Amino acid sequence: MNPRRKQRLYLTLLGVVGFSLIIGLILYSAGQNMDLFYTPSEIVNGKNETGIKPKVGERLRIGGLVVEGSVRRDEESLDVSFDLMDSGPIITVTYTGILPDLFREGQGIIAQGHLTSANEIKAFEVLAKHDEEYMSPEVAEAVKGIKHVKSDYSKTSDNTKG
Amino acid sequence: MWKWLHPWAKAEKAYQLCGRLSPWFGIICLGLLVTGSVWGLLFAPPDYQQGESVRIIYIHVPASILSMGAYAAMTIAAFIALVWQIKMSELYIIAVAPIGIGFTLIALLTGAAWGKPMWGTWWVWDARLTSELILLFIYIGILALYNAFEDKNTAGKAVSIFTLVGSINLPIIHYSVVWWNTLHQGATVSKMGKPSMEMSMYWPLLMNIIGFGFLLAYLGCVRMQNQILLREKHRPWVKKMVMEGDNHAV
Repeated sequence: MNPRRKQRLYLTLLGVVGFSLIIGLILYSAGQNMDLFYTPSEIVNGKNETGIKPKVGERLRIGGLVVEGSVRRDEESLDVSFDLMDSGPIITVTYTGILPDLFREGQGIIAQGHLTSANEIKAFEVLAKHDEEYMSPEVAEAVKGIKHVKSDYSKTSDNTKG
Repeated sequence: MWKWLHPWAKAEKAYQLCGRLSPWFGIICLGLLVTGSVWGLLFAPPDYQQGESVRIIYIHVPASILSMGAYAAMTIAAFIALVWQIKMSELYIIAVAPIGIGFTLIALLTGAAWGKPMWGTWWVWDARLTSELILLFIYIGILALYNAFEDKNTAGKAVSIFTLVGSINLPIIHYSVVWWNTLHQGATVSKMGKPSMEMSMYWPLLMNIIGFGFLLAYLGCVRMQNQILLREKHRPWVKKMVMEGDNHAV
């Protein structure tokens, strides 16, 4: 390699490495501010690194798993409430409206709304998160023991199916 | 050591190479895409949670992966163009950029169509979706920058630098689902070890991914030929080829 080419090679590499470093530092400092949502334990205990807790009345997103058996539907309206958890603390979410198809107990969901008290959120949007595993119903039943019956959480109020 | 590569840096040789390769790429691409799509869309099993909607994966994932693949190819070309100052690799960046735009658009649109029934929303500003949108803007920026210069030598150099700078977005897109909380799920295909997907769904997906790869190669060759002709249209070899008539024209 001739000297001029070598010089260009080093210059280019230096530029790439330097620029990556800058972007890396920016993203690192942005850190958890770039998270889409809080987890329930972050709302109760604060963010891992900064310890910042959301204030009551703040608009935020929460993401967690719907606690089994916690979904309560109002018989007369579209009001629904359910509990979310990740590793420990539980946050109760209330919502009025139609839930996404994938919403079910044990499912990961993301809700956007306002914190009404330390562990309660009034949501105006509920999104369902799904994981990266894909399999056919037969295999899911064999492997996970999941018998997929849609909206089995409505068992508590039998008249919803009629 | 690399002497055997040198002839291909010449416009005429590169043009002929592209012409010779592109039909093969085209045939392989067609075979893979047709088989993979028919298998995936008609015969692969539905998902235990998402039902039939999961079939969007056979278009969405290949397009997304190759939208980044196209950019990776452009980054390598940009690096070569800057260090070894080879004109052909500058042309290659411009040849591939519109294909990248196409793949990115397909990825974003099918993603939105998938997100609406499954997540409950067309769009959410999470790290994965946002970084993929930025990729689209970078592609558009590359084309705009190239066309902004009258002198195509300067344009090629500027575009190479811009492409190299924009490549920082690739690892961000890939790791966005790992580094931050996102609505988008984690990686399925490129996960370390076994892909978390049933084999009867994995094979058609893999075929379509490779098929999209060959689509990129095919379109890349065809567009590369066009770019070479556009840039070299006053050169003797192009004139000679045109004069000789239809037996040479592809």
